[in-house]
Amino acid sequence: MNRIGPVKAIVMGASWGGLNAYTRILSALPADFPAAILLVQHQHASAENRLPWLLARYCQLPVIAPEDKEEIQPGCVYVAPPGYHMLVEEDETLAFSAGRAVLFSRPSVDELFLSAGAVYGKQLAGVILTGANEDGAKGIDYIHRRGGFTIAQSPVSAEAPAMPEAAIKTGAVSRVLDLEAIGPFLAEQVAG
Amino acid sequence: MAEPYPIDDDEINVEDIEIRLLLEAIYQMYGYDFRSYSKASIRRRVMHRMTMSGFASIMEMTDKVLRDRPFFVTLLNDLTVNVTEMYRDPEFYRAFREDVVPVLKTFPFIKIWHAGCSTGEEIYSMAILLEEEGLYDRAMIYATDIDKNVLASAKKGIYSIEAVKQYGDNYRRAGGRHSLSDYFTARYDSVIMEQRLKRNIVFADHDLATDQVFGEMHVILCRNVLIYFDRALQARVIRLFSDSLDMGGYLCLGTKESLRFSGQEETFDVINTPLRIFRKRQLLHNA
Repeated sequence: MNRIGPVKAIVMGASWGGLNAYTRILSALPADFPAAILLVQHQHASAENRLPWLLARYCQLPVIAPEDKEEIQPGCVYVAPPGYHMLVEEDETLAFSAGRAVLFSRPSVDELFLSAGAVYGKQLAGVILTGANEDGAKGIDYIHRRGGFTIAQSPVSAEAPAMPEAAIKTGAVSRVLDLEAIGPFLAEQVAG
Repeated sequence: MAEPYPIDDDEINVEDIEIRLLLEAIYQMYGYDFRSYSKASIRRRVMHRMTMSGFASIMEMTDKVLRDRPFFVTLLNDLTVNVTEMYRDPEFYRAFREDVVPVLKTFPFIKIWHAGCSTGEEIYSMAILLEEEGLYDRAMIYATDIDKNVLASAKKGIYSIEAVKQYGDNYRRAGGRHSLSDYFTARYDSVIMEQRLKRNIVFADHDLATDQVFGEMHVILCRNVLIYFDRALQARVIRLFSDSLDMGGYLCLGTKESLRFSGQEETFDVINTPLRIFRKRQLLHNA
């Protein structure tokens, strides 16, 4: 699988080095980008939620700090809040959970990817980025098994390679791309 | 490693049916009603338990649930998400001191309902706050939860010393006036909350999905419980809260929870937007 089909949503996960990775990717997307973007950045639960505000400065798309049960709209970026897992409901709304941390992380990349994979199936793409643990590998595998397209940041272009390496090791990654290439790849391939 | 196999939409559909049957089985056998809970959240927790306990399918797990009460208790603990801490969101408690306490001081008697109190950490947080504000002697806290097992530990008020170390920081950020260690006794690797804090707490089991109004409350706290419900059940529960509150009573929700989708925004004024403190309107407009 070399091309992304039409997708409704793209899920992304990052840990260490994620802010830089997200600004690079989001700044490459056009204002009429047709898919919703749901992203998890590992951060401390007590962190003030400044990430949506920071990302909005580099991004032409609206960046949203979502509330429980909020509807997922195409062309919007939704940032998981610190201290909660962010999940996708079958009616394409967002749900949150303050359950236990998964792989020491809340929000967890796997929790988002697994729930989005169940709902969207082949209409989903998953992107795993820089990070120092294995969160997201299970989720990437699941998205792949559901027929979705999967991308890993190349470990050499990652500030912390462990997360993309763990995802690649599952054998479920469709494309490995350098950080600079991910934004333009999505901009070119994701059509409405 | 197992050969990767595709999971098509039919398989997801089968899992959804199996989950509905599991929830129906739990309801009929044990009376706990999870049928209107957030599907995404329930699915994640059911799948988690299935993997942890090594079942091949949800049906197989349902069979176990029906015949094995101890296993059901394990699953119940997964489904009810008993993750909590003292002074969780310290800024909320600080805002409660600043925005709500001055009004409560004008009342001769204060009734507080803490719905979904889990293992009780937030109950004791509130009791300490009221004690420090000189309000506790005229307050009554009704602490409820769906799960009798967690209520039993809430009543005991015993927590691990490791966890309590972190709570001390929360307590200070929440505007605590003394030291959290003034309110518990440490023994080995756990602490027990002071008996005097329990003097005005009533514990009771209550299921927000099926049970009725708790009358004439001045404050209702229900933080990070509604996120686990679907929209219809959320609307029911907000109505239940509105009916249980006195005019001018306060409703405190979790920081991601809102009244937006409940159809009852009009019933409440917003007192603190980011920390989700609402107040039931004094005068209802005529339609």
